[in-house]
Amino acid sequence: MEDKEKKQDSLYVKLIPYFEKYGILLLLVIMILVMHILQPDVFLSWRNVTNVFKQISWQSMLALGVFMVIVTAGIDLSVGSIMMLSLMILAIVAKAGAPWFIVVLVPLFAGFLCGLINGLGITLLRMPHPFIMTLGTLYIFRGTGNLISGGTPISGFTDEVRYLGHGRIDLTWLGLEKSQYLPVSLVLIAVVYFVFWVFLNHSRTGKWIYAIGGNPSAARASGINVNKILIIVYSLCGFLSGIGALILAGRTDSGYPNAGLQSELDAIAACIIGGASFFGGRGTVLGVFAGVMIMGILRNGLNLMDVSSFWQQVLIGSIIVLAVYVDVLRRDFGTRK
Amino acid sequence: MTSTNKLLLEAKGITKYFGTITALENVNLKVHEGECLGVVGDNGAGKSTLMKVLSGLYKPSAGALFFEGKEHVLDSPKDSQNLGLEMVYQDLALAGNLPIGENIFLGREPTKNIGFLKFLDFKKIKEMTSAHLEKLKINVKSADQKVEELSGGQRQAVAIARSTAFNAKVVIMDEPTAALAIKEVGKVLDLINKLKSTGVGVIVISHRMDDIFTVCDRVMALFQGTNFAESQLDKTSRDEVIGWIMGKK
Repeated sequence: MEDKEKKQDSLYVKLIPYFEKYGILLLLVIMILVMHILQPDVFLSWRNVTNVFKQISWQSMLALGVFMVIVTAGIDLSVGSIMMLSLMILAIVAKAGAPWFIVVLVPLFAGFLCGLINGLGITLLRMPHPFIMTLGTLYIFRGTGNLISGGTPISGFTDEVRYLGHGRIDLTWLGLEKSQYLPVSLVLIAVVYFVFWVFLNHSRTGKWIYAIGGNPSAARASGINVNKILIIVYSLCGFLSGIGALILAGRTDSGYPNAGLQSELDAIAACIIGGASFFGGRGTVLGVFAGVMIMGILRNGLNLMDVSSFWQQVLIGSIIVLAVYVDVLRRDFGTRK
Repeated sequence: MTSTNKLLLEAKGITKYFGTITALENVNLKVHEGECLGVVGDNGAGKSTLMKVLSGLYKPSAGALFFEGKEHVLDSPKDSQNLGLEMVYQDLALAGNLPIGENIFLGREPTKNIGFLKFLDFKKIKEMTSAHLEKLKINVKSADQKVEELSGGQRQAVAIARSTAFNAKVVIMDEPTAALAIKEVGKVLDLINKLKSTGVGVIVISHRMDDIFTVCDRVMALFQGTNFAESQLDKTSRDEVIGWIMGKK
């Protein structure tokens, strides 16, 4: 009986799990090839590739945070505001003349604290949906950022503070030219994504995050403290937004009121394109990275080809709808109803 | 006779109020080793509330729980699990997005330490899952299969496997066959008999007389939150038990 069932699985059916896991990477590779064909001289040049990574560096932190929240079937609309508030606090502390290691730690702590507020609000105040709590804090955090800074940009940080966002790792010892450097932010993305991949896939807490997204009552019945896990998830999301603030401080050398405006929507879009399900429990860290890259490459490529940014909006929107439709089709095949 | 076996779980005078509503009043219950107790009652009779009290999900307003002769206060499902008291919920309480093995060990995953960090031990999860499913004669393609890919009967089997993975002494099942196709009901009932033969005490809440009269040794009826009637199974009949459910003696 069992063997018979196995034989009935066609090659097509066997390929589904692989497609599910790596389909998004396939899309990424196709995009890279298309861009390369369209812009053979520029697109894959050292300068442009490092540029793409620098551009996506802070978005990738927000997307990773939002991804964890989405896995629990929640949402965090406040990440852009958390980043802005953390950035403003960083700028104020830097202007006050604090030593660089304090200035670097402050946004991480501020971001963590903002996330903690979200987590506590969602669980202790028993908000009907995280959408509402984080919609509230979207306004609260940005408003606070403007209040403490007077709504004006604060510029000029030391090199140490700017290192993560602006630093370069010299590769001339490999025989490469001086212009062929490795951005520190690229290394940071790799390290942070790896650490969170290990956390989500190989730790109990990570497994429980997926379990909560799959069936919160199952998690509760298993003795998992669901509220505690949710508070951890939202706090980590805030912490990652704080890292985003630190990177952005390095890139722009300035704290400014519009920092991260609407970037929460970009972060959510990257997760959805990367295969995370809004119903929770589904999605991979690799997928989110691919989602961030696809959005970054699309913007970069269209800029190179001098396509209007209005078209970029239309294209990104279309990709979101298409990506989710593919997911709907996949589910029809993959799951017993 | 099962009553000569060791008494595992006893609830005495359990009362539970929700605001002004009295869900349970002075309810008593006993389960022995290797015995299956059927709990019947109409909707709203208090069956589910009683089970939630026994599993530590609800705190009783009055009354006491004794496990193997000692009184225990349960603050959470974790406490009852630690005693060896497991619950199989009607909605199955499985996470469909996770594989069978990870569902069985959810919340109690084996880990291995690397330095001061703890990592999930996937190899051990898989080995323990295969061995446990083998023991209960539950057939699935592989322990890595996601639960959402399983049939209703297989899911129920996984839920029962989950409840017994940590040497449970008492397993409480809420409507274990309610959501199943007819051909799968027999398999689940076989599984309950298998548990009994290993000395596990089983409490089955069910509307289905077939279930009660196939696996249970004793049956008790709740009516409007109170003990209404109780009997050894061989001293009663289906018609009598159905009468109890409707409040007739």
